[in-house]
Amino acid sequence: MTTLLPAGFDWFPLGLSLKVAALATLLALVVGIALGWVFARKPFPGSSVVEALFMLPLVLPPTVIGYAILVAAGRRSPLGAWLREHLDYTLIFNWHGAVVASAVVALPLVLKSASAAFANIDRSLEAAASTLRQSRWSVFVRVTLPLAWPGILAGTLLAYARAMGEFGASLMVAGSIPHRTQTLSMAIYDAVQAGQDDLAFVLVAVTSLLSVAILVASNRYLSLR
Amino acid sequence: MRRSRLACLLLALALPLAPHAEELTVSAAASLTNAFTELGKQFEARSPGNTVRLNFAASGTLLQQMSQGAPVDVFASADQATMDKAVSQKLIDTATRRDFVTNSLVLITPTQGGPEIKTLQDLSGAPVKRIAVGKVATVPVGRYTQEALEKANLWTALEPKFVQADSVRQVLDYVSRGEVDAGFVYRTDAAVMQDKVRIALTAGGHTPVSYPIAVLADSQHKALAGQFVDFLATPPARQVLERYGFGQP
Repeated sequence: MTTLLPAGFDWFPLGLSLKVAALATLLALVVGIALGWVFARKPFPGSSVVEALFMLPLVLPPTVIGYAILVAAGRRSPLGAWLREHLDYTLIFNWHGAVVASAVVALPLVLKSASAAFANIDRSLEAAASTLRQSRWSVFVRVTLPLAWPGILAGTLLAYARAMGEFGASLMVAGSIPHRTQTLSMAIYDAVQAGQDDLAFVLVAVTSLLSVAILVASNRYLSLR
Repeated sequence: MRRSRLACLLLALALPLAPHAEELTVSAAASLTNAFTELGKQFEARSPGNTVRLNFAASGTLLQQMSQGAPVDVFASADQATMDKAVSQKLIDTATRRDFVTNSLVLITPTQGGPEIKTLQDLSGAPVKRIAVGKVATVPVGRYTQEALEKANLWTALEPKFVQADSVRQVLDYVSRGEVDAGFVYRTDAAVMQDKVRIALTAGGHTPVSYPIAVLADSQHKALAGQFVDFLATPPARQVLERYGFGQP
């Protein structure tokens, strides 16, 4: 098996990509559900502007997101300096940075579908549940969330796909450090730059196969519901 | 009337394609960014009507673009190895190849809050957490760095601290922002950001840094490309190159 693979190939970028995308999706999911609920159910003055701000990563080039994270969390920023001084931690050139970048880029997809799903729920079902001496949290978890779930799930799958393909923002924040922050997309970029076409081809094949598998699995799962 | 109007329109469309206005594409190593931007303007002033399009990146990236068929007229590399590869891929008109500047490899640290570094061995110390180096596969400064650190028996030991950059200018950027504690660049790059980075030491033990330049074999503007290469040897051009800190070959 190993003899078929070109020089310089290893499985690390694949594993890291899966890990980064999974964590980024989880992060986007939690934040997206919370914000989606607020925007759909508890609008406040100016909430449409705030929502638009969270949707920005969908239209802005990833380089802008990367730059924003660098400015906000870099060593010279107040947050970055504090983290470094007190916890000896830096987000930059760390794979956690790729998770944050991917989550920011994937968030609009969860947020939009979650807020649409919450807005379309039949409110009388929730009202009925609250007459059955359920707490507000219990109504949310046992009625609202299950009703909104199909919509949220569709957005989550898109978010995962987006996070898997993240390149620009992650490259700026986490860098492409072999065996530490180099994801699949970065490994492909480096292989092409270095003229290692056979390596690039294998990595592209792995990425494509994986993406098809994810899409087929998600389609099947969604149609089973 | 209608016909003459059409003729006017066609003429207007054809004007930019007139034979005298040529567009020269120069692919140059990232470290040449400032000097070549200025030299490009000077060359345009000397040959009216012609324009110079500059394309800066790591030499290895430029080579890759050219071998994939990018329409380039002049190639200036930051090391001999990349130019040798271009020659072996039959991309270069070898008669036009010459060395035109030299440079040196330096270790820089951020001016604000950078660690105290006096020798290469200090890089092993705890205050140095991250060191930016050019990617060895594509960035010449990365290979010079590797040679220097291997000579000092430090390359393998320091490897966990490396942050790989796409070009020498990215190394400079990482250090100037203070995201890394040290980085290896050319002396001329350090000079561009004197207020943000300081030179800790000049590294030795590597192949001398000399930049070759040549016209491409497939260039559509060979005469003009040759003029550009010749122009770099003229006193006004040498003056610009020296001002940016490049040495005579």
